[in-house]
This record gives sequence, C-alpha cells and structure tokens, in this order.
Amino acid sequence: MNLALEAHSLGKRYKRNWALRDCSLQVPAGRVAALVGPNGAGKSTLLNLAVGLLRPTEGTLHVLGRRPDGDRDLLDRVGFVAQDTPLYPDFTVSELITMGARLNRRWDTPLARDRMEQIGIPLDRRVEGLSGGQRAQVALTLALAKRPELLLLDEPVASLDPLARREFMQVLMGSVADGDTTVLLSSHLLGDLERVCDYLIVLQTAHVQLLGGVDELVNEHKALTGPRRQRADVAGVAAVIRESHTDKQTTLLVRTNGPILDPAWTVHDVTLEDLVLAYLAYPAPGRAVLGVAK
Amino acid sequence: MIEFLLDGHSQVAPYMQLVQQVKQGLRTGLIEPGDQLPKVRSVAESLAINPNTVLKAYRHLEAEGLVEGRPGVGTFVRRTLAGPSLAGQAELRRELVGWLRRARTAGLEQEDVVALIQTTMRATFQDDEKREEIA
Repeated sequence: MNLALEAHSLGKRYKRNWALRDCSLQVPAGRVAALVGPNGAGKSTLLNLAVGLLRPTEGTLHVLGRRPDGDRDLLDRVGFVAQDTPLYPDFTVSELITMGARLNRRWDTPLARDRMEQIGIPLDRRVEGLSGGQRAQVALTLALAKRPELLLLDEPVASLDPLARREFMQVLMGSVADGDTTVLLSSHLLGDLERVCDYLIVLQTAHVQLLGGVDELVNEHKALTGPRRQRADVAGVAAVIRESHTDKQTTLLVRTNGPILDPAWTVHDVTLEDLVLAYLAYPAPGRAVLGVAK
Repeated sequence: MIEFLLDGHSQVAPYMQLVQQVKQGLRTGLIEPGDQLPKVRSVAESLAINPNTVLKAYRHLEAEGLVEGRPGVGTFVRRTLAGPSLAGQAELRRELVGWLRRARTAGLEQEDVVALIQTTMRATFQDDEKREEIA
C-alpha cells in the first residue's frame, strides 16, 4: 500500500507536556482523511510535524516517503493551510499569487487565477477586505496552486458559517476529483467532515484512539441490545467500546471480529458519529490503536 | 440529466442514496438507456462529498448491469428498470389506490398499512422465489 503519511511511535513534548505521544498511524495515498479530536488532542501538532514546522521529540515520521524537516524538495509537494488561514492582510489577492509563484518551484498561476475568478474573488482586493469565508477560499486556492500530492488543512472550516463551509468543501471535493491529491484535514467536529472523508483518525489526549477506512470501521462496529446481564463473552465480539444498562436492558457498542449469532442480542448498525463519540469517551489513554488500518 | 440530492439525516449511506436515486429515475422513466449520468467531479462538487462516494455508487450500478463506464467519456445508462410498460404501472396504481381506501375504511392507520404491505411483500416474494427454485 502506498502511504502518503506514516508515523511510528511519534511523540512531541513541549517542556513537560506531551502534545503527542506514542502515535503510530498511516494515511494511504489517494484518501481524504479526517483527523478528529477535541481541542488540545494533538491535531495541530501532528500537522505541524508533517510540514517540518516542528521536530519530533521521539519516533519517526515519513511524508510521501521522506522525513519532513528541512527537506525542500518534499515541501514543494505538500500544501498546508494553517489554522485560521494566516495571510498578509495588506496584500492583494493578485500579490499573494505573485508571491506564491516566487516562493514555490511548483506553481500554477493560471490555476490560481482561474479559481479565484470561479469563486468570485476579485484579484485586486486586499486580504483585509475579504470575508472569513473568502479568506479561507484564498488560502485553499493558494495551497492548490502548488498542485500538491498531499494537502494538509488544519481546522479549515472551524471559523466559517454554514454556507461558507459548504462552498469551501465544494471547491475542495472538486479538486480532489480532478487529481490524485491525498488530503488530511482536521476538525474538532466530525459533522464537518463526515461527508467528505473516507479515512478516519481519532486523536484523544495526545494518543490515537481509532484509525481506519470509514466503510471498514462502520462495518466492523455494531450496537447490541439485549436483556440486562453482566458482561459476558459474546462470540464475534472483539472488544466492548461502551456499555450501558437500565434495570432491564443492556446496550453495548462493540468491535466485531465475526458475525454475532447469539439470539439474545439484537444487532444494530452504527453511524460514524456514534462510533467517534464512543471512542472519544473510551477511557485508558495510552492503549494501543484500536481500529484496524486496511 | 438527473440531479442528485443527499439527505444528511438519513440512515442510508450516501453512496446508496445515489444508487437509489438512479434506480428511482430508471423506474419512473426519468432517465433512459443511452442517457449520461452526471460526471463524478460535478456530483462531488455540487454535493460537497468525496468523489470516491460517487465512484462507489457508479461501480455498484455497473455491477448490477444498469450503467456502463466509458473511460474518458462518462457513465451511461444501459438498461431501464421501468417495467414492461409504464402504462401497466398506472393500472396497478389504480388498484392500489382502491385497496388503500378500503384499508382506511377498515380502520387501518398509515403505519398499519406500511407494516402490512412490508410483511406481505416479504412473505409473497420469498414464496415466489422458493417456487422458482423448485421449478
């Protein structure tokens, strides 16, 4: 399998605090991967490590098969939009495109200009005169003008209103359809990414809680309901992620490793959102990766 | 050309919603053999969904023999699902309306009707399949 990003026991410590610890994950090439977790879970740290803005304290990280720190050839192939899309406020859109052309060895000026026109952003407008949604679109367009093999977006839609979010995702999905860019985008809300991602990484308190293809993850997890009972081994269940009881009934969210045929349990499908919430609430940070990367 | 919609609150997976909408279009005669389905890129962009979701839907329809992908051109409808004739449907529909009115007079609520139809449909189609297997 061709991997766009691969981490082994990756860790980053700021003074005493580990922002990321024992993080092992892979993002297969060609996917749109969602990096989900609450604020402070380590999402930005991971993305900043991937573009060489930070150096790992321990472990290894490979991006497009190479180590990111100080590798200029690699950085030419990676697009990155940092949180809150920082752009020089007194530059015009046209000047940003010119700057991009000077700073990047791979750069598609016509693509940048065409896209700005398509989304209705005047080239002579200064950044400070753009709405939040337009600024996000400009930052995305600049990143796409590099024709990156890997595009990293840190909370790209967090500060946008619903319409701007939609427009942002439309442009992003159109570009994904055009080429074979791998995308890794983060959000503290799964809902923002549910329709666009086909691969999922859940981070919680500096650790990877769940990792895998969305279809595989949804298929291998089930909700079981049945008469109340003490936790018992159920054939086909690999792990119980969440359990709850009323006086009569027991409900389990489980990861399966085979069909569940025990007639005492009624088996329900789960949504991606159920799954992520269950894993975020799952205790014992530091445990091994639970999902199966395929 | 068909335009897709996506129900964000539906329990049905997005790719399956696309599959169902194509089939619905084929059943009602909205799309016919030879018609082109929207390009993957335009569906991905207009619905803001992963292009792989659209591809998956089209591959599913292809596996069922309903459409065919022509590399570099697009995806085209191969056959229709509109039964022997849409006129036949009109006849059946009239009978169904009559039956539904009788059901309501008999005191059935909408949910009762749906439940009755679903269980009867399942049982009948299963019986028919068994008979076909024996024959």
